[in-house]
Amino acid sequence: MPTTSDEVLIARIAKGDRLAMEELYGRYRVPVYRFVLRMVRNPTTAEDLNSDVFLDVWRQAGTFEGRSAVSTWIFSIARFKALNVLQRRPMEELDDEKADAIEDQADDPEIALAKKDKAAVLRACLLKLSAEHREIVNLVYYQHKSVEDVAGIVGIPEATVKTRMFYARKKLSELLTEQGIERGWP
Amino acid sequence: MTTVKQSEPSEIELLLPWYAAGTLDVRESQQVERALANDPELAARYEWVRAELEQETHVSEAAGEPSARDVTTLFAKIDALPAQKSRSSIDLGARIAEFLAALSPRTLAWSAMAVALAIVLQAGILAGIVLKERNAGGYETASAPSNVSGEGSYVLLRFQPQASAADVANFLETNKLSIVGGPSTGGLYRVRIAPTKLAKADLTRIVNTLQDNKVVGFIAVTE
Repeated sequence: MPTTSDEVLIARIAKGDRLAMEELYGRYRVPVYRFVLRMVRNPTTAEDLNSDVFLDVWRQAGTFEGRSAVSTWIFSIARFKALNVLQRRPMEELDDEKADAIEDQADDPEIALAKKDKAAVLRACLLKLSAEHREIVNLVYYQHKSVEDVAGIVGIPEATVKTRMFYARKKLSELLTEQGIERGWP
Repeated sequence: MTTVKQSEPSEIELLLPWYAAGTLDVRESQQVERALANDPELAARYEWVRAELEQETHVSEAAGEPSARDVTTLFAKIDALPAQKSRSSIDLGARIAEFLAALSPRTLAWSAMAVALAIVLQAGILAGIVLKERNAGGYETASAPSNVSGEGSYVLLRFQPQASAADVANFLETNKLSIVGGPSTGGLYRVRIAPTKLAKADLTRIVNTLQDNKVVGFIAVTE
């Protein structure tokens, strides 16, 4: 028997069906958690955000109009909440994040060790991307969202989605260069 | 992986991340495949895209999962909300929508045939009753003896995931069963196996027989 569609679950949740809520939560709790964690970079905050996201799903299921996929709707709620947290963060944390995202004059121990391993350097550089770039890279590479889905989640035109992803990759290339890995364009 | 230089990204290059993730439509995928086959520099850059996807997956999976307390936290928050919704877990419209959504096109075709047949039979029965009443020249009260709704013998039944729609339809028809509810969580359907209340021994015998059918994954007697 095929599984119940997300749309049907949302219709049931709109009527207060807890079992439907449990099923939808079971489907999305891990991907949404990993998405918000990539953005806010704090497991406790990510966990709190995760339950807030699904609380909104419970509250707003009746307003879901089906103009996008349910997963697109859920991720757009998650993104909005993660951005709110990032905006509320104290300046010193933001400064730390900017510093991380810019450049290390000297190799930290992790990078120094990883230089022998391109995969590890690449991972370290992915972690250093800005929130805007981390977001799109995670949506495309890990959440497997199409150009159209990302446009719906982030709220930008599809052409901008493509160029933003390109510039995220370009930034990644620059970070790799700083670590001694020259891969060329982008 | 070679070092290459280029001034502006082409449309195809912009699509490489989605090609690697498998989220392009067929036409765009074919365009990218052709370009990769004909452009060694693009193919070299694509290797980096694949490496990025692999490492982003690694980073995300390494993040683990939310702790077990998250479910409790969520439902505690839900419980703390004002009772703004009906807490009934049974909404007929949603259930019907779910039931139909769960059916494959082939099953739907079978269902449509069954419904059409039921309508024809019902029309025949009603016509028969009318004729009988006319012939008898009498009347019956609205409370005339009949099978009261809700009477009957029922089971909870889950079909095997690999059972085809035709197998299920055949199983229901052969054993004169009718689905009266579901699917609930776990894919359980409420199925009427007899129009009257059967003795426990008869019920057990029928359930044991049905249990041996290849389309049945789980079966249990229910009220």
